Amino acid sequence: MNIKNTLTHAAEKKPDSGVQFSRVNKVKWLSFPYILWSAGFILIPLVLVLYYGLTDNNNSFTLSNIALITDPINLKALLLALELSIVSTVICLILAYPLAMIMNNSKMQSNSFTVLIIILPMWMNFLLRTIAWQNILEKTGILNTVLKFFHLPTLNIINTPAAIILGMVYNFLPFMVLPIYNVLIKIDKDVIAAARDLGANGTQTFLKIILPLSLPGVISGITMVFVPSLTTFVISTILGGSKIVLIGNVIEQQFRLGNWHTGSGLSLVLMIFILISMALISKYDKESEGGNLW
Amino acid sequence: MMTDIKLINLVNITKSFGETVVLDELNLYIRENEFLTLLGPSGCGKTTTLRIIGGFESPDKGQVIFEGKDITKLPPNERQLNTVFQKYALFNHMTISENIAFGLKIKKKSKAYINDKIKYALKLVNLEGYENRMPNSLSGGQQQRIAIARAIVNEPKVLLLDEPLGALDLKLRQDMQYELIRLKNELGITFIYVTHDQEEALTMSDTIVVMNQGYIQQVGSPEDIYNEPKNAFVADFIGDSNIIPSIMVEDKLVNILGANFPCVDTGFGRNKPVDVVIRPEDIDLVKPEDGIITGRVTSLLFKGVHYEMEVTANGREWLVHSTDLFPVGSEVGISVDPYDIQIMNKPESEDEEAVEISE
Repeated sequence: MNIKNTLTHAAEKKPDSGVQFSRVNKVKWLSFPYILWSAGFILIPLVLVLYYGLTDNNNSFTLSNIALITDPINLKALLLALELSIVSTVICLILAYPLAMIMNNSKMQSNSFTVLIIILPMWMNFLLRTIAWQNILEKTGILNTVLKFFHLPTLNIINTPAAIILGMVYNFLPFMVLPIYNVLIKIDKDVIAAARDLGANGTQTFLKIILPLSLPGVISGITMVFVPSLTTFVISTILGGSKIVLIGNVIEQQFRLGNWHTGSGLSLVLMIFILISMALISKYDKESEGGNLW
Repeated sequence: MMTDIKLINLVNITKSFGETVVLDELNLYIRENEFLTLLGPSGCGKTTTLRIIGGFESPDKGQVIFEGKDITKLPPNERQLNTVFQKYALFNHMTISENIAFGLKIKKKSKAYINDKIKYALKLVNLEGYENRMPNSLSGGQQQRIAIARAIVNEPKVLLLDEPLGALDLKLRQDMQYELIRLKNELGITFIYVTHDQEEALTMSDTIVVMNQGYIQQVGSPEDIYNEPKNAFVADFIGDSNIIPSIMVEDKLVNILGANFPCVDTGFGRNKPVDVVIRPEDIDLVKPEDGIITGRVTSLLFKGVHYEMEVTANGREWLVHSTDLFPVGSEVGISVDPYDIQIMNKPESEDEEAVEISE
């Protein structure tokens, strides 16, 4: 009896699991183009960078490409890039958080309109916008022409670190505003009302409820501003002139000169820096989740 | 228990959002230790009333008086009352004990005091040992009980509850109703409760305020509201009822659909149009020759406690609840005891008119 039961059960199950199996297979096939895409455009380039970074011209293993970072010129470029991108990220954060809060609190009919205003500049080419800043900041550019017209002292911003920071902040600010805004609009209004109800004033509600709840947005904002700022070479080339060299410029030059091994090695160093900073940030994020802000 | 001291007094409260007037010249007082329920369909202004008491909305006109003091302009954090929100509104980035301690930490209470309070509150809501859990790991019912615990540790004089059981399933809702009554008795504070569920209101309240379209329709005890609804809206909203336009022939005699029924009401005048409310359980089905009018059973449903029948008589469907079974098609007599007939004046304004309840 038991055996018969198991047998019929097995017989019943077989076609059923067969159907499931083929369904899973179908779904798997659908993902194939994406796997191909990721392999071709993400994985293979990464492997190539890794390969070139760890080999010399004779294709034998070496760490000398990576060790090149200790060269004073390269080290200076890396430290300057770190400094400028950290400053830009902080400025973006200081500008973006209040802006996101204002957008969230504004009783505009459609939120999509405010978001549109933030995104609109991004519809223009990144290079174009940066070159526009070059025209504005140049010694005989728009800004100084206007200042001269009013008989005010002219400014010498172009080709200074300040110009690069300005370019970074201008280009990457939306990437800080949008994630923060996205988290803020998702905070339940009743949660804020509850904090007020329990005796918290405006400042306390912000520090203990709104800020901790918005941290995930702040962290993705920091990531999305810090990484492109650290690796950029376009902004520094256009607004920083030839005197200011960031690590991005060094890597670009190496590739232009055909030194793929050196360029890849320095890229790896930069990647390690980014990974470390991401790890630090996400570690802080996890810690704060437990309510350690008290 | 409830005292006669007026704790909160709402005076001529008017509030509109844009073009819509949500509350119009609302006057209401709440007594100390009262369990008062604001009951009405969605959009009747009950939640707005609660939010005005809590300080989350400010009225366009009128005053909120709390213990004799005008608190209309006081922000929520300076009012001696706490709120339990419909969707719990717990702080998801804090543990349960941090949630409960929030108000006390703001008030800079000592650590020992706070720990005692957390223990006491968790015991009160039957969730001992949940101190270090995160809100998201709790069920809806548990989260709502934490929200209640978080509110009551602050020892408010009044607890405002905004449809706190709305998101829970039926069984849990019934359990929580008993819990809330128990809590109220243990704490000895005033509860102001908002709901659209008439059963919830009848079960828990000392006083029910029935609201519709920004106006108070009737204030009274659950028995008053159920047995003597003031108008067709209240009768229709609270429980099932037969509301029939009729003529008051003279004192103690009403003509319903062409037949004269004796009743107990007086003072409506002679031959005046009125609305009559008869609860389905108050209709007696008898032998055709014994009834005041006769009709035919058109549908029959078994409801567990009773049968629900529809009887067509004098051109109208009568809803009847009875433990006696009369099969579909059988001829029955309808008889109603005089004190079970509730006479109401025809609505004077549009606002009091009965509206279809879709909930």
